[in-house]
Amino acid sequence: MSALVLNNLSKTYTKGAVIAVDNFSLKVEKGELFGLIGPDGAGKTSIFRMLTTLLLPDGGSATVDGYDIVKDYKAIRNRVGYMPGKFSLYQDMTIEENLDFFATVFGTTVQENYELIKDIYVQIEPFKDRRAGKLSGGMKQKLALCCALIHKPTVLFLDEPTTGVDSVSRKEFWEMLKRLKEQGITIMVSTPYMDEATLCDRIALMQTGKILSIDTPQNIISAYPENLYAIKSNKMFKLLKDLRQYENTLSCFAFGEYLHLSLVNDTQTTLNELNEWLKNNEHLNIEIKKIEATIEDCFIKLLNTQNANTGN
Amino acid sequence: MKQFFTFVKKEFYHVFRDKKTLLMLFGLPISMIILFGFALTNEIKNAKIVIVDYSKDVVTQQIISKIEASKYFDVERSLYSHEQLEAAFKEGKIKMAIVFPEKFNENLLHLNKAQVQVIADATDINTATTLSNYVSAIIGDYQIQLLKNKNVPMRIVPELRMLYNPQLKGEYTFIPGMMAMIMMLVCVMMTSISIVKEKELGTMEILLVSPFKPFMVILSKFVPYLIISLINVTSILLLSWLFLDLPVKGSILLFYAESLLFILTSLSLGLLISVNSESQQTAMFISLMATMLPTMLLSGFMFPIENMPLPLQTVSNLVPSKWFYIIVRSIMIKGSGFSAVWKETLILAGITFFLLIVSLKKFKIRLA
Repeated sequence: MSALVLNNLSKTYTKGAVIAVDNFSLKVEKGELFGLIGPDGAGKTSIFRMLTTLLLPDGGSATVDGYDIVKDYKAIRNRVGYMPGKFSLYQDMTIEENLDFFATVFGTTVQENYELIKDIYVQIEPFKDRRAGKLSGGMKQKLALCCALIHKPTVLFLDEPTTGVDSVSRKEFWEMLKRLKEQGITIMVSTPYMDEATLCDRIALMQTGKILSIDTPQNIISAYPENLYAIKSNKMFKLLKDLRQYENTLSCFAFGEYLHLSLVNDTQTTLNELNEWLKNNEHLNIEIKKIEATIEDCFIKLLNTQNANTGN
Repeated sequence: MKQFFTFVKKEFYHVFRDKKTLLMLFGLPISMIILFGFALTNEIKNAKIVIVDYSKDVVTQQIISKIEASKYFDVERSLYSHEQLEAAFKEGKIKMAIVFPEKFNENLLHLNKAQVQVIADATDINTATTLSNYVSAIIGDYQIQLLKNKNVPMRIVPELRMLYNPQLKGEYTFIPGMMAMIMMLVCVMMTSISIVKEKELGTMEILLVSPFKPFMVILSKFVPYLIISLINVTSILLLSWLFLDLPVKGSILLFYAESLLFILTSLSLGLLISVNSESQQTAMFISLMATMLPTMLLSGFMFPIENMPLPLQTVSNLVPSKWFYIIVRSIMIKGSGFSAVWKETLILAGITFFLLIVSLKKFKIRLA
């Protein structure tokens, strides 16, 4: 039995005017670390809220651990852990008080499941008498994770747990998730950061409530159809403008300090021609190298394909 | 049960760690009592008045000494001219002037009629009316004394007796009213805000995705405010007993039981408001509208309900503070027992039950 099964799940707001989740179907196996990747407004939070029984779907169905999200909402509430996108603990209570409170709410004690949270809790333990409102972003997230884990959930829902957290804490956070996964907990996590996608077992790239692609990050990357080149010159802005007008350009967009480019007739000749053409267009220090696509490249590619298909 | 106590403990953390709110919770009743008890009173004490006596005979002397003896006036005797009087009024030096014309006693004896002029500064209507009433009363009193010495064939002497409040003290009406208002404010506003706060901060989202029962969260929210309100009731009672000389005449136990009922009514009203509002501001605004205005206007505390048009009288029946006000007045001032207030108690209990059922029905187990 799969841990999560979503069947044409749909959610609309303001009486159907806004479609947040559009016929969403996917399966997540037990013990999987599954990522929902997409920009703000892609419908990630709506999916989380439906799966945690906080919202009723407008269409389709879903089960969590085999329990229906509408009918068996009480059973689901007993067994899942949920960490909302916004920090949602009691700011006027200390770390220890928050943890004790949530442990008791779920009918357990901190001691009983201490093993599960130990790795995370030791990092914030020195500040256990500090009020939650006075913690840094990373510490808040660690505390929230502890509180969501304290009752040993079978499925853990983490809605953008790393948003607003520094890169070191983000990295630590993902390592913690890996360790939790080893304990057999199914984890569904969402993030707007494409670079975090590769850390999941499988991901769903999504945009405006629709799935663009579901696969392992590696498969998604290797499915990228063209060769991808990183290009740099002394005049980056001009380079982007020029390349977008170049006859053999298939797509070109800025990506950090490089431009990512794919070509129409991708041969060595075309590449040499491109080099010449750029030199004629007053570019110096030209650097062209072949690279492997990132998840973000794939996302943009999929987005363009989808827009082309729907005629936008 | 352990879960419930944890919830209650959490609520107490919230209350006691918010120092400003805490100060308001306990400071409000005390400052209200002090304000209304000592500063904002309808009674007038030591009003400056001038008595101009052109007659200076036995009768005027007797009347003046009676006026002087009253604690309401601070009397200055002088022989101001009319212009001087007006100047004194304009400067605001005096609130009232009493002028006895010449030959007051003579006129009284020979013509059976004498006139005394009472001039009051009516820019402040309440003071003017009250002061002139005091003077009329004093003069009327003196007249009755005069008549006793004469043989008048028939006369009607009204024997006034102000029951339960012989001195016509303002405290008798405002203490019960104040009590209703403070309990409403504290319970309605605080519960509604504290529940909406959980929605606003997102903690409700987490609580919903847990095995908790909505009823338990609500009940745990009730406990701290119930205790605070009982403390407030006690402090109001102590203040009014020690400083305003106004003890509870009836049974203290009954009084606390009725207060408890009213606190529950207020808490339920707060709950209903919180179920229907999404932000703390909305909750606060609705709470103020739903407590302050009806309690001030429609409970009978400031304006007599009997004088209102029928539709308003009907509406006032829905205001819980009206019933509590009647109950408190009966127990505290008249010293009545339960048999006198069972009807009001039943109505209050009915309102409470209704509010509680509706809000529990409307309590959302989901976000939307």
